[in-house]
Amino acid sequence: MFLDQLSLAWPEVILGVGVLVLIVWGAFQGKSNAVFNGAAVLLLAAAAIAAVVGPHGSAFAGGMIADPISAFAKVFIYGFSAVAIILSDRWLARRGEQKFELAILVILAALGMGVMASAGDLISLYMGIELHSLALYVLAAFRRDDAKGSEAGLKYFVLGALSSGLLLYGASLIYGFAGSTQFPEIAAAVAEGGAEGGVLFGLVFLICGIAFKVSAAPFHMWTPDVYEGAPTPIVGFFAAAPKLAAMVLLARVLSEAFGSAIDEWRQVIVAIALLSIFVGAFAGLAQRNLKRLWAYSSIANIGYALLGLAAGGEAGGTAMLLFMVLYMVDVTGFFACLCALNRDGKPMETIDDMAGLVKERPGLALAITAFSLSALGLPPFAGFWAKFYVFKAAIGAGETYMVWAAVLGLVGSVVAAFYYLRLLKVMWMDPAPGATDKPAFEGKAFAYVAAVFSFLACMPFLYFIEPVAKAAAAVLG
Amino acid sequence: MPLATIAFYLMATVTVLAALAVVTARNPVHSVLFLITAFFSAAGLFVLMGAEFLAMLLVVVYVGAVAVLFLFVVMMLDVDFKSLRQGFAQYLPVGLIIAGILTIEMIIVATSVATRGAASKVVGPEASAPDVSNAETIGRVLYTDYAYFFQAAGLVLLVAMIGAIVLTLRHKPGVKRQNIAAQTARGPKTGMTIVDIKPGAGEGE
Repeated sequence: MFLDQLSLAWPEVILGVGVLVLIVWGAFQGKSNAVFNGAAVLLLAAAAIAAVVGPHGSAFAGGMIADPISAFAKVFIYGFSAVAIILSDRWLARRGEQKFELAILVILAALGMGVMASAGDLISLYMGIELHSLALYVLAAFRRDDAKGSEAGLKYFVLGALSSGLLLYGASLIYGFAGSTQFPEIAAAVAEGGAEGGVLFGLVFLICGIAFKVSAAPFHMWTPDVYEGAPTPIVGFFAAAPKLAAMVLLARVLSEAFGSAIDEWRQVIVAIALLSIFVGAFAGLAQRNLKRLWAYSSIANIGYALLGLAAGGEAGGTAMLLFMVLYMVDVTGFFACLCALNRDGKPMETIDDMAGLVKERPGLALAITAFSLSALGLPPFAGFWAKFYVFKAAIGAGETYMVWAAVLGLVGSVVAAFYYLRLLKVMWMDPAPGATDKPAFEGKAFAYVAAVFSFLACMPFLYFIEPVAKAAAAVLG
Repeated sequence: MPLATIAFYLMATVTVLAALAVVTARNPVHSVLFLITAFFSAAGLFVLMGAEFLAMLLVVVYVGAVAVLFLFVVMMLDVDFKSLRQGFAQYLPVGLIIAGILTIEMIIVATSVATRGAASKVVGPEASAPDVSNAETIGRVLYTDYAYFFQAAGLVLLVAMIGAIVLTLRHKPGVKRQNIAAQTARGPKTGMTIVDIKPGAGEGE
């Protein structure tokens, strides 16, 4: 009986037990090395396989749901976490600040994200969010002697605690008015009594709390500061996997617990989405630091993902999942480039640092060009297809204001095009101020793979992944 | 008057008076001690309501951990409470208004949850299982239905512990620590060296 339930949670069990073994191993070994990190990556791979082949169903009194969408999300979450371990560990090793806790914290964060992706209860929702964000706060301040990194960690922690408070307040109101923390029973209470004041009030607070985690405007204030201060490869991790987990969680809460109140929450989500798109586009114009710039870019991109989600149903869910996956590849590739690039031993983090890169490092410059054009949404890059699915879903939602929202989203992406093009101009036209150092192998490797994916491989990939995403999103339908 | 009623009025009065004393006491250490008194009498109120598990939690968590932590902070940190207290009379009207609004809001939320929310459908705590104490009831679900959440909470605490170690533990070089195994393993062979000093050279290790 208990073992049946446990078999649904195989990925979590593998990661949970594995991480305890790794802690003991790491404590005896002291520092991380290739074997240790290889074991961590294998652990994540094993969990991803368990998520795919494992049985589907719901366990622990509805607290944990294993279904196609949780499997879909977990595969990508664990995959990008593994990439983050390799990139960050090598990056820290070059600075002599290698620690075995890095892999442990990333795995624990991945575990929390997996809990979020398969949450079927307000308690597991909160547990997952808290588990992954606590690990992320520590990762942000991982270079503890770096003043900016510590500032980033502290800011992230304080604002994250605030958002957890909002989320818990919303959850307690929902529990008070719906009488249960389980999504199906909340759905029954909402359908029975209509979405009346108390439940809706709680839902708005819940959305605020999760919007903070995906850094959607107006809850985005922490993003640029944290991205600027945190170690570069870890920012690449922040911008990818946690966003997917929180988006899947939001999709699940909205469709499974509040499916019948779609007319109420759709307006809130569309408002947040449009605000994110425009804040990301306009505030990004003033940025010179690339990490801050990509923070605003990620705010705008979350806006598009939310727009897809607001379309609702299977089409909206598919659009959101595909958008997030394509965006995650782009953003990880971009931060891999930033990890690889140094000039005179200093990381190249501003737009001006990139001047003349195309003559010195043509491969990485081409990769950054691909990511910028993809983020801009130019066909045939991955970003174009991502936005294509979102706008198709928004227009197909059958609401006039959703069509207008899609139009406004297009306008936003035209505004944002300016800063991507400025980066390209500086990189291709301006003279270089000095020689760049030899780029690190793993940063280059990930950057090239992501760039090839973004330019060429995304279409065959989409051909295979679209039915999978559709089957996953059918749960939300 | 039945004993329970007397106990209720006694403990309610103590709770309110102690809570008032927390904010009015001049000495911050006294404030914390009054806070502990308020927690204890509130725990007594919980027992009267039949919620003995909550009462135990209140004593263990709030009195045992939180209040003691406050006491530590108050006594260890050099906080200038006089300057914090300045402008008390000036901000009093605004504070009273906010407190009034909060009270009204809490009453509205509590009554609307009780009349229209899910709580209105619950018959009463006795209806479910009269002969089982509520600590036992919680224990029955905590390690079965809620085992997943329970383990997740354990992992959250593990992350907090690892985080604290990663961010604060420093291995200082040059610190001399006692190594008992090395000390007891020391014998004549390892602890003593015979140096052959040439007469008149006057050198050694």
